[in-house]
Amino acid sequence: MEFVRAFIVGGLICVVGQIILDHTKLTPAHILVSFLTAGVVLGGIGLYEPLVRFGGAGATVPIIGFGYALAQGAIEGAKANGVIGAFAGGITSTAGGIAAAIIFGYIMSLVFKPKTKN
Amino acid sequence: MENMTNKEYQQYAEKKIPKPTYFKNMLMAFLVGGIICTIGQLIRNWLFNSGLDEKAVAGGTSIILVFIGALLTGLGVYDKIGKIGGAGAAIPITGFSNAIVSPAMEHRTEGLIFGVASKMFIIAGPVLVYGVSSSVIVGILYLLLTKGR
Amino acid sequence: MAIKKIGLQTVKFQNPPSIISTYTIVGPKEGEGPLKDYFDYILEDDVWGQASFEKAEAKIQEETIKAAITNGNLTNQDIDYLLAGDLLNQIISSTYTARQLSIPYYGLYGACSTMTESLSLGAMLIDGGFADKVVCATSSHFSSAERQFRFPLEYGSQRNFSAQWTVTGAGATILSSTGDGPYITYATTGKIVDKGIKDATNMGAAMAPAAIDTLITHFNDTGFSPNDYDLIISGDLGRVGKAIVLDLMKKEGYDLSNLFTDCGVEIFDSEKQDTHAGGSGCACAAVVFNGYIYKEMKKGNFKRVLLMATGALHSTIINQQGESIPGIAHAITIDINKD
Repeated sequence: MEFVRAFIVGGLICVVGQIILDHTKLTPAHILVSFLTAGVVLGGIGLYEPLVRFGGAGATVPIIGFGYALAQGAIEGAKANGVIGAFAGGITSTAGGIAAAIIFGYIMSLVFKPKTKN
Repeated sequence: MENMTNKEYQQYAEKKIPKPTYFKNMLMAFLVGGIICTIGQLIRNWLFNSGLDEKAVAGGTSIILVFIGALLTGLGVYDKIGKIGGAGAAIPITGFSNAIVSPAMEHRTEGLIFGVASKMFIIAGPVLVYGVSSSVIVGILYLLLTKGR
Repeated sequence: MAIKKIGLQTVKFQNPPSIISTYTIVGPKEGEGPLKDYFDYILEDDVWGQASFEKAEAKIQEETIKAAITNGNLTNQDIDYLLAGDLLNQIISSTYTARQLSIPYYGLYGACSTMTESLSLGAMLIDGGFADKVVCATSSHFSSAERQFRFPLEYGSQRNFSAQWTVTGAGATILSSTGDGPYITYATTGKIVDKGIKDATNMGAAMAPAAIDTLITHFNDTGFSPNDYDLIISGDLGRVGKAIVLDLMKKEGYDLSNLFTDCGVEIFDSEKQDTHAGGSGCACAAVVFNGYIYKEMKKGNFKRVLLMATGALHSTIINQQGESIPGIAHAITIDINKD
């Protein structure tokens, strides 16, 4: 059942992050950057692939998966277009998500106001 | 007080901080992260069944999840999810979206150029910088390592 | 000749200024807390019809000061000085308030120690013969403080248990050279003490050393002991800071157990209101003092109080550059009698 696998893999990746948050002085920013970079490295050397095949969205939705997509894109770009492709490939493969964040961020700021927490 | 060195005080103060509710935090991170990823899986399946190829499915899933994160942030719901889920809300791509949308909303009061547009990346900036830069390095390394062949 | 100075850091007032009027305005959350009946006005929301949180904070401070002046049967022209400060960069809440009031103004930055900083200086101006009436005020706002020091409101971060909740509100005190009390009889000015705490989510621990330093100096300078007071209350050490002060003061030979509490601990019900280590912000000491403590003193329930607001004097930039958080604590003795 792919949903169960996605749930478990995604959940476990988040648990690792939570453990680091609760036991160290590292902040969410540190964790996001290190998970992301880990994803790029693992994706680059091909070690993340098996987790993607097993966990599906459980591996691609977390930020490590974002790093993996960046690495895959860079390698494909390098294969196709050499150095220029190495530069362009990573960001190209994740461009959809980034563009979405930018424009939705803009739109939400027009439509909604931040609310005080209680 | 004078006899306590800085280091001794810091160690002393550290012990006075109430400990996090470790198990509850891990459980909630697992559940919230797991649910978000399962929703991602549903979206992936739906896009595959619509006949799109792997690349389009990956891109489309990101866009849809980013939209969901953005909408929940706008509605004032995502911060509550983050409070409960901790890393379970921060690590999925919806967390990335929340990190861009929340400062955009917050800085609306300074206008659309100097507020919204300038400050949008104040939290998520490192993700883009480190992600893109390391991908370029991976690409270049790939070229160097496969040059001989 | 500094004839009114005693000991290292304390001033004993010859003609102790009297508090003649106070006013407090708080946000909805404070208005649901344990001290809600002591506040003069509780807002329905924390924006008060304004276009931004910063403008709302300025309005809160302005209305608080105006109401304190009116309550004292005075007009703006009767006030010799306005001493005010807040948490925001360039203390804009106080500045934009002062702009509306046309009172000679000194802006202060003491972070959360501003209430006692302003009361100390106001008392000195009056006892020194430089003024008859001084307004001392300060404000803070949860949302404007989050924006400057921490994260956007809608950001999904998790707060740890040492974190504190910035109080939304303002408090103003009018001091006069004539009046029936309560009086400010002593003021101990704090030194900056920094024991190297860098964690901005643990302000209590950062400020506790300064609080301890000021308390011990006050007792040494004046010759008082803790039992000379009905209440010793700090500004916003929170649960963690309060526990540290009680413990370390005991080791120094001062047992504060039944006398000592903290405005941040008293203003919120940490269980029901989920405020973790307690309240913080300039307004914390300001509203608890001008609301709860002042009214209880007028009723005769406290005869002599040591109010010590504590401040964490860092900025996010310097903190990101690796610097630790310096703390300061200013203490004043408030007495229903002049001597």
